[in-house]
Amino acid sequence: MGDRSRLHELLDHSASLWPERIAIEQPDNGSITYRELAGLADRMRDRLREMGLGPGDRVAIGMRKSIDAVAAIFGILKSGAAYVPLDPTAPAARSAYILNDCAVKAAVLEEGVAGRLLAELAKLGAAPPAIVLEGIGGGHGLGMFLQRENEKRPATRRENAAVSQDALAYILYTSGSTGKPKGVMLSHGNAATFVDWCSATFQPNESDRFSSHAPFHFDLSILDIFVSIKHGATLVLIGEETAKEPGRLAPLISEQRITIWYSTPSILSLLVQYGKLQRHDYSSLRLVLFAGEVFPVKHLRALKGLIPAPRYFNLYGPTETNVCTFYEIPAEIPQDRTEPSPIGRACSHCRLMVVNEEGREVAAGGEGELCVGGPAVMRGYWNLPEQTGQAFLLDRSGQRWYKTGDIVVKEADGNHLFIGRRDRMVKRRGYRVELGEIEAALYLNPAVQEAAAIGLHDEEQGVRIKAFLTCREGKRPSVIELKRFCVEHLPSYMIPDFFSFQNSLPKTSTDKLDYQRLKELD
Amino acid sequence: MEEIKKVVKEFLLREFLPGETPEELTDSTPLITGGILDSIATLKLVEFLENKYGFEFQPHEVDAEHLNTVLHIAKFVRSKR
Repeated sequence: MGDRSRLHELLDHSASLWPERIAIEQPDNGSITYRELAGLADRMRDRLREMGLGPGDRVAIGMRKSIDAVAAIFGILKSGAAYVPLDPTAPAARSAYILNDCAVKAAVLEEGVAGRLLAELAKLGAAPPAIVLEGIGGGHGLGMFLQRENEKRPATRRENAAVSQDALAYILYTSGSTGKPKGVMLSHGNAATFVDWCSATFQPNESDRFSSHAPFHFDLSILDIFVSIKHGATLVLIGEETAKEPGRLAPLISEQRITIWYSTPSILSLLVQYGKLQRHDYSSLRLVLFAGEVFPVKHLRALKGLIPAPRYFNLYGPTETNVCTFYEIPAEIPQDRTEPSPIGRACSHCRLMVVNEEGREVAAGGEGELCVGGPAVMRGYWNLPEQTGQAFLLDRSGQRWYKTGDIVVKEADGNHLFIGRRDRMVKRRGYRVELGEIEAALYLNPAVQEAAAIGLHDEEQGVRIKAFLTCREGKRPSVIELKRFCVEHLPSYMIPDFFSFQNSLPKTSTDKLDYQRLKELD
Repeated sequence: MEEIKKVVKEFLLREFLPGETPEELTDSTPLITGGILDSIATLKLVEFLENKYGFEFQPHEVDAEHLNTVLHIAKFVRSKR
C-alpha cells in the first residue's frame, strides 16, 4: 500500500485512507465513493485477467466520459495492461486505424460507439474481443457487464499485476504529419513523476474538487484523473456536450463548487465571451490552470477581471513529456500588454535546453528549439522507430532530449517565451493538428487533384485552417460537400474553416508546394 | 418563416461558407452533423439569432436538435417570438 509509483496504486491508497469520500461525481448521473471505485476497478481487473490479458497488452477505451470509463482505466492498469483512450466523437475509421495500429488485445466500448467501430475494424481484418457496455453512466454499465459475466463464468479474484515503473501505462494518439495519427507511449513512471510535481506545486487535498474538462484521449486528463485520485479529492466529470458549451459550463463550475479548474485556453476564452460569468458565484475556485495553446492576453485579462480570486497558471508541454514548464500569471496584467504570457520555467522534474539548428545550446536571450530531458519524457512512438529516433537529440553524455519542435527564447530571468513552430503543426482548440494529416484526408476525395492546408493565426479567434484545392476537370465539389466529406475522415477540430479552389497550386523551383506563396493567395 | 430562413442562410453563407454557391445551402443541409457549424460557429450563430430576434436561448437548446438545419432554426426562432 505504501508504494504509489504505479498509477493504479494511487487509487488503492486513497481507497484505504478515504473509503467513503466521493471519488468521482458525474453531474446528473450519480457519484461513486473511493471504496466503490476501487472495487469496480478490481472486478474489471479480474475479468480482464480471466480473458488472458495482462502486462504487455493494450486495451482500448471507447466511450463518453463517465464513471464507467474511469473505472475501466483503473481496471486496465491494475491488470498490468496499458489503456488506449479513443475519441468517442471521432470518425470510426480513424479510431479503427488506432486500434489496429497498436494491436489492442481488447476494447471496452459503449454501445453507441461499438457498431461502426467494429465494422471498420473488420475491414482492416482485425477483430479484438469487444466488451460492449450498455447504458454507461454512474458506473452502472460496467457494473452490469461484470455481474453478467460473473454469472456466466466467475472470475478468480487476483492481486494487481506486478509491473515495473517503465511499463507502458497508456498510449495517446496525436495527429501525424504523414497523414496517420501516431501513438505516444507513456509509462507509469513518466506519469507518476508529473503527478508528484503537481502535488508539490499545487498542494491539493481531499477537500478539493477537480474539474475533468478535457477528454480522456487528451493529455490534460492525466492531471485531472491521477492528481485528483491521489489526494482523495473529488473529480467532477464534464460530458462532451457540456464541455464545449459556455452557457452550460458557467453554471456547472459554480454549482459543482469546482476548486481546481484545468482546460485549454479556448474554452476559457469562450466562457469569457459567451458564458455570462458575472451571473454566477465562483468563490470556491482557488486554481485556474490552462495548457495546450497560447491564451490571447485580452481574454485572459477579462477572465481575471471577472474571476479575480484564484491563482492562474499557464502550463506548457507536449504530449511526449506532459507539462514541462509553468508560469504563474501575475495579479495584474498591464492594460497595454498585448503579447501572450511566457510559458515559464522548468518544472522541477524536467530539464530544459534551447538549441540551435546544429543542436548546440544557445546563449541566454537567443532563440532556438526547446528540448526536454528527464523522467517524464516518453518512451517513444508506437511502432515508429524512425520517427522515434528523429524525435530525440542525444547529447555527449548520452542523455536523451525530446525535441519539441517549438521555437522559444529563454529570457534572463529563466522564463521561456514561445515564438512558434519549426514544422507544419498548428494548435487548434488546444489540439495538435498536423496540416499534412488534413491534406491526406482531402486527397481521399476522388474529385481532389491537389490539396494544401495552412494555418491562419488570429489573435482573437485563434488558429483557423484554410485548404487550397485543385480539382479534376468538371468535378469541383461544393464547400458543403467537402465539409461533409471531412466529417467522415477527420476529427471536428481538423475540419478546415475555409476552402479555396485554384486552377493550380504554386510550386517551388524543385516542384514542391510553395507554402509561403500559398499564404498570399485568396 | 421564409424571411427567417433567408436571414439565417445569408448569415451562414457569409460567416461560415465563404465561396459557396448560395443554392447549395438548402433548408435541410445538415449544419452541425455536416461539419459546417463547429462549437464556436454554433455560439456565433446563437449570438446572432439572440441579437436579431430579441430572445435568449436556454443552455440546453444550443444543440443539433434545434439548430442542425435552416428549417430547424427557422421553426425554433418562430416558436420563440
